[in-house]
Amino acid sequence: MIQVRELSKFYGKKVVVEKVNVDIHRGKITSFIGPNGAGKSTLLSMVSRLVDADTGEVLVDNDQVKRMKSNEFSKRVSILKQSNFMNVRLTIRELVSFGRFPYSRGKLNAEDIRIVEQAMDYMGLMEMQNEYMDELSGGQRQRAFIAMVIAQDTDYILLDEPLNNLDMKHSVQIMKILRRLVDDLGKTVVIVLHDINFASVYSDRIVALKEGRVVKDGPTNDIINSDALREIYDMDIPIKQMNNCRICVYFNS
Amino acid sequence: MRNSTKMIILSVIAIGFCGLYLFHDLNGSFDYALPRRAIKVIAMVLTGVAIAYSTVIFQTITHNRILTPSIMGLDSLYLLLQTVVIFFLGSGHFTIVNRHVNFILSVSTMIVFALILYQLLFKRGSRPIYFLLLVGIIIGTFFQSISTFLQVLIDPNEFLRVQDKMFASFNNVSGELVWWALGIVILTFVVGWKYFNDLDVLSLGRDTAINLGVSYDRVVKMMLVISAVLISVSTALVGPITFFGLIVANLSYQFFNSYRHIVLIAGASVMSVIALVGGQWVVERIFTFSTTLSVIINFVGGVYFIYLLLKESRSS
Ligand SMILES: Nc1ncnc2c1ncn2[C@@H]1O[C@H](COP(=O)(O)OP(=O)(O)O)[C@@H](O)[C@H]1O
Ligand SMILES: [Mg+2]
Repeated sequence: MIQVRELSKFYGKKVVVEKVNVDIHRGKITSFIGPNGAGKSTLLSMVSRLVDADTGEVLVDNDQVKRMKSNEFSKRVSILKQSNFMNVRLTIRELVSFGRFPYSRGKLNAEDIRIVEQAMDYMGLMEMQNEYMDELSGGQRQRAFIAMVIAQDTDYILLDEPLNNLDMKHSVQIMKILRRLVDDLGKTVVIVLHDINFASVYSDRIVALKEGRVVKDGPTNDIINSDALREIYDMDIPIKQMNNCRICVYFNS
Repeated sequence: MRNSTKMIILSVIAIGFCGLYLFHDLNGSFDYALPRRAIKVIAMVLTGVAIAYSTVIFQTITHNRILTPSIMGLDSLYLLLQTVVIFFLGSGHFTIVNRHVNFILSVSTMIVFALILYQLLFKRGSRPIYFLLLVGIIIGTFFQSISTFLQVLIDPNEFLRVQDKMFASFNNVSGELVWWALGIVILTFVVGWKYFNDLDVLSLGRDTAINLGVSYDRVVKMMLVISAVLISVSTALVGPITFFGLIVANLSYQFFNSYRHIVLIAGASVMSVIALVGGQWVVERIFTFSTTLSVIINFVGGVYFIYLLLKESRSS
């Protein structure tokens, strides 16, 4: 379990994340939702130590993140940010191999290579493994980055809006893969989602943020109802049940 | 062509130029000319390696391929130091005449300045690296302005001595200093070696590097210190020449197409040696000293810089 305790972040006088307490349960997909600027990315960045928190602490399986060595942490929690800038030309295979860096420090052994290939296979990238990242489509790039994170082989995987810029087909493909990671490999996935229906259909738990605070936190079924959604988005959103999926019809509300 | 093949070819060319420089037209002057030429060759190799190494690591930590470490204002500080000493104490003062004293004074001033700057900037937690660059540019410009001001006031004869210091030159490098510089450069490799793998990851950006377990702040600070030391040593040895690093670093990225810093640094270093030793040979034998290597480097470097700018702006 990842325990977030009283985590806050200020930029100047502006409070971006305010005393957030959240538990991330093992073996589940937890979706973070909320309007733009709610502080979702900042919260995820603090949990994954990309951004220093101003108050509070994070515990991973009861160990304080602050006391952990950077390399140790990177074997337990991985993060994929919204945008990934690179200064070098890499092939897919080279990028995915970087996922083994916490273990290999750059010198891959046979085991590392096996895991890298497994990760590429998992993301359907085997055939194109020698293609360069800058020549791929947005969806392929995103899949390559996710393969890197899979190769990192951490218990916890944090993803900040991985469906950004992806078409429907690739979005569904990636959500299904994340579901498999959780169901088959026992990983724990935390994901920031823009589209509430992806959160509704694929996640086990939902945490809703608004203006830096947690306004809802619970099993998906407790959050996907009109009352809760009104509180989060200030919109009246009817909900329709279709083949076991609850769909939020927000388009004309 | 494989990278190892490319490296071997470049090394052969570099060694060829060194041999050419050492032995061409030697006329059996093994006791007099050869040791002198050898010192110059070592100085050029050292400077080339120092600048290649510092530029590559600096560009990686700043995520920018058209910057050189001179943006930190170290070259400007060097010139200011020389100008101030000549202005107030005269060019006959022992801190100018005695090259050992001058070397130690210059190197220590630059390194102490860099350390104080980093200390101040990093004191309150981590800062975006661009903040550091901005401060570097402002301080560098400030140093330059004072230098220019003093140079306007200075006695014209003394100004010639200042001018000597303004351009890099391999023509009167002191033998002993070369060994000191060599020691320092070797030290930077000993210290920096274990960070080369971390630098490979740093090319993927700060966030990915931290995600993969790199102690980002520590690596960046270490690399800033190493590049400051390298720039200080090469500048104090032959004069300001950091612009040159831009050329060789980018040529190395293009030619080797690798993300591995061990390859990029080695490649840029060998290219530096080729350019400096080959260039100096051309200046001495073909132009018979009618121009200086600095002028050629700045000309070629300037053209290449414009090419890089155009290329970057087209690709983005
Ligand atoms: N580095 C920063 N400096 C100042 N303000 C920031 C910074 N990063 C984020 N913010 C602000 O914090 C708020 C929350 O941002 P973010 O966490 O990206 O929200 P979300 O991901 O939920 O859209 C926004 O108002 C944003 O402008
Ligand atoms: Mg965001």
